[in-house]
Amino acid sequence: MNLSRRGFIKLTGAALATSSLGALGFQHDGEALAAAIRPFKLTATTETRNTCTYCSVACGILIYSRGDRAKNARSQIIHIEGDPDHPVNRGTLCPKGSALLDIVQAPTRLKAPRYRAAGSGEFKEVSWDFAIDRIARLIKDDRDKNFIARNAAGTTVNRWTTTGMLAASASSSETAYLTWKVARSLGMVVFDNQARV
Amino acid sequence: MTNTWQDIKNANVVLVMGGNAAEAHPCGFKWVIEAKIENAAKLVVVDPRFTRTASVADVYAPIRPGTDIAFLNGVIRYLLQKDAIQHDYVRAYTNAGLIVKDGFEFKDGLFSGYSEEGRHYDKSTWDYEFDDKGFAKVDNSWQDPRCVINLLRQHVDRYTPEMVSRICGTPQDKYLQICELFASTAAPDKALTSLFALGWTQHSVGAQNIRTMAIIQLLLGNIGVAGGGMNALRGHSNIQGLTDVGLLSNQLPGYLSIASDQETTFDRYMESRQFKPLLPGQTSYWQNYRKFFVSFQKAVYGEAARAENDWAYDWLPKLDVPLYDIIRAFEMMSNGEMNGYICQGFNPMQAFPDRGKTRRALGKLKFLVTMDPLDTETSRFWEDFGPQNPSDASSVKTEVFQLPTTCFAEENGSLVNSTRWLQWHWKAAEAPGEAKSDIWIMSRIFHRLRELYRSEGGAFPDPILNLTWDYTNPTDPDPEELAKDMNGRALADLKDSSGAVTVRAGKLLDGFAQLRDDGTTASGCWIFTGSYTEQGNQMMRRDATDPREQGLAPNWAWAWPANRRILYNRASADPAGKAWNPQKPIIEWNGTQWAGIDVPDYGPTVKPADSVGPFIMNAEGLGRLFARDTMAEGPFPEHYEPFESPSENLLHPKVQTNPAARIFASDQKALGTRADFPYVATTYRLTEHFHYWTKHALINAILQPEEFVEIGEVLAKEKGIDQGSWVRVWSKRGTVVCKAYVTKRIGPMLVDGKPTHVIGVPLHWGFTGQARKGYGANTLTPAVGDANTQTPEFKAFLVNVERSNGPVA
Repeated sequence: MNLSRRGFIKLTGAALATSSLGALGFQHDGEALAAAIRPFKLTATTETRNTCTYCSVACGILIYSRGDRAKNARSQIIHIEGDPDHPVNRGTLCPKGSALLDIVQAPTRLKAPRYRAAGSGEFKEVSWDFAIDRIARLIKDDRDKNFIARNAAGTTVNRWTTTGMLAASASSSETAYLTWKVARSLGMVVFDNQARV
Repeated sequence: MTNTWQDIKNANVVLVMGGNAAEAHPCGFKWVIEAKIENAAKLVVVDPRFTRTASVADVYAPIRPGTDIAFLNGVIRYLLQKDAIQHDYVRAYTNAGLIVKDGFEFKDGLFSGYSEEGRHYDKSTWDYEFDDKGFAKVDNSWQDPRCVINLLRQHVDRYTPEMVSRICGTPQDKYLQICELFASTAAPDKALTSLFALGWTQHSVGAQNIRTMAIIQLLLGNIGVAGGGMNALRGHSNIQGLTDVGLLSNQLPGYLSIASDQETTFDRYMESRQFKPLLPGQTSYWQNYRKFFVSFQKAVYGEAARAENDWAYDWLPKLDVPLYDIIRAFEMMSNGEMNGYICQGFNPMQAFPDRGKTRRALGKLKFLVTMDPLDTETSRFWEDFGPQNPSDASSVKTEVFQLPTTCFAEENGSLVNSTRWLQWHWKAAEAPGEAKSDIWIMSRIFHRLRELYRSEGGAFPDPILNLTWDYTNPTDPDPEELAKDMNGRALADLKDSSGAVTVRAGKLLDGFAQLRDDGTTASGCWIFTGSYTEQGNQMMRRDATDPREQGLAPNWAWAWPANRRILYNRASADPAGKAWNPQKPIIEWNGTQWAGIDVPDYGPTVKPADSVGPFIMNAEGLGRLFARDTMAEGPFPEHYEPFESPSENLLHPKVQTNPAARIFASDQKALGTRADFPYVATTYRLTEHFHYWTKHALINAILQPEEFVEIGEVLAKEKGIDQGSWVRVWSKRGTVVCKAYVTKRIGPMLVDGKPTHVIGVPLHWGFTGQARKGYGANTLTPAVGDANTQTPEFKAFLVNVERSNGPVA
């Protein structure tokens, strides 16, 4: 029999509600009691495999969300736990990993692009279009003005030192590769990630 | 990590030094406990603080921050003096017998070739004697006084147990007990594993700390074997991946490097990278550099990278300085030499040294872009938060963009863990509000820029206009498309020597051996080739089968390079091809090929009799006890004091600190003296927090709600500081006012006869999130870095401390 872990829990849950209760002499109350048991909270959730976002042990995690991934259904993450199949962490998580749900749902998660003008005392919500347009303009103006095509010796060096970037060591390698392409095609050399510190 | 997390269970001795795995890597640390219980392993912990790792150690020894090289050079001396080295391994697999050039010397704290003005070395004498064929001269009888092992012996002779104890403050009996445990693993079938982290890297001698341990591991025959290795535990979920993909000032993906201004032509660039073998018949795998580089340029510039334009070599920027690292970047910013800065998932306000300087520098920018799931201190550096972030917003002219991004749970993609596994993960939900992925944001910015260059022209637009961008949705590429790009594909039919087609044009490649230097292959990151093949996304694999339960799980996800789980695994077998440890073989020679439970890190059919060295990336094929010219401050490790130190350098008072470390004049002025700042401070993580993120998570903010420093009982009593009282801690650079946590865990150490106190500074607080407001440890730290990597010296600096009232708003 090919039994998933979740299926196994369901099955043993059902068995507990009938046979073991029966064995304890609850034949008559068994049915009522089984009906009163709170449904397992993850029963109707979708399970997604992921990796803890903190250190480099890279513990396997299972994320449980409400919603069936249908086109117009919005998923909501309600529980995260260690992946028992993972060969390193084998289901365990540390005090940080155990609280992953709280970082996903942190009240300080950012929800809209914001802009602070020079000298202003506050952030203002702006549209993505405004942000991308303005950033691209600032980048281009600075690059066009300060790009160094040749050094004093006449060697082609094609570098740009007046705008820099820090890349994110918790982003995926795919994000990293795309970021590399964009930054270097501009000639950027002031470029690092957390591995530098 | 050279080995895997689970492989730690095979160790006989586990050394945790320069890290605190029980608290910073708890779920990996369980494999240390497994080694103790199942393999009777001894755990040795060397740390300034009695950490939770130390609490389960068999032997714990305290050490003054920043003196690890003195300790480890002393271990080398002990091993050589007691002849506790694995002779056959050292003779066959290291450069012990190679003869060093005349003229190389070490005297009064300096190696040959030093220039005081430039604070750098002319390294021409840091090499071997060569014969007329260009091969290094060897004396495997080790009789020649100039062979590496004899020079090493001579170099470490000053590190007597008395000297080690005077410098490090480690009691001699503890130190010698640890030396004995190290020595026990010189037996061919015994292994020691070294687990380290930022406790070794964040020093002005960080890279040499690690090299010293690597020398020990080579002498003990512990590299390449089960339960051995050099294991950098690494701190972020994809810090390994970002390093692999080369998001560093001087890197291209796959450990290729950016050219310098001196490499004026493509040929000159190639010459200095395609290392020719330095001993007959060696692999010297970097000879293939050109294949990796050309394939990379084809991946990035496609048709526009051609033989005629040297594969667009000139389109990549060149460097006029070794690195535009973060310390240099903030120095430039302070001097008004930078206008823009983009922080993608990075919070330099809290993460970089000398926080006051960081804040002032950001205020000189014209624009700052932050991309983050969370409300970071960096994005609000301009805002007044009282003593923890004093600012007059109206005087800060920087335009700031705070862009909301997805987090790990809201995207697909791969992460590389410390043991080089590429593990795929899946999106579980949409991001909140209008948050977008970094891929979406970077693509949009790039597209807008490219449109502007198309319509307006501008400075050197060629690389921008010709960047390959063949994605199904150009403004939101699928991570799987990017993963395939990194893996690489054939651009034309690839044929073998008989003319038969081995790979059809357009097909994904199986391994980097298929890469060509004629433009017929493309690969965005050659070490990832094999991760996404025609058989599918190998990073998604979830078969945890583990042959002989030896801790490799070779079919779980995919490991670079070539799905190899233990690096240098040829060295797990003796020169004839039999495992040193018959209980835990990895690969062995079966008469026709190398076979075993891992992918050989070696030519699969190279015969033992051919004497090809196991360290195939090195031009001599050998592990290096003598580093040639690869390090900034010397081919042998030497003890230099931290830039802020409570002690004279007892070995050579005239050369107090790392003579090759760079320090900017303004940062030099911001260094304190031991007269004003008598206490050593060191920063660290708590097990309840991750950097500056988890103060945004409710549970973690409750578990460790407020900023504190850890002070030993003796010092606390001297200073009248009670448990839980307010203290003021200050360095030459800044002040932190926080609570005192008085413990038995950091006692005074006797350094050269003087009691020396260490103060622990956990680093997690700031002024955003749900925990209480704090300053952050880097308010105190100095802006000086390792001479090779420029990683800041966060782990050893000077402060003063006094009892205080709470912060005044």
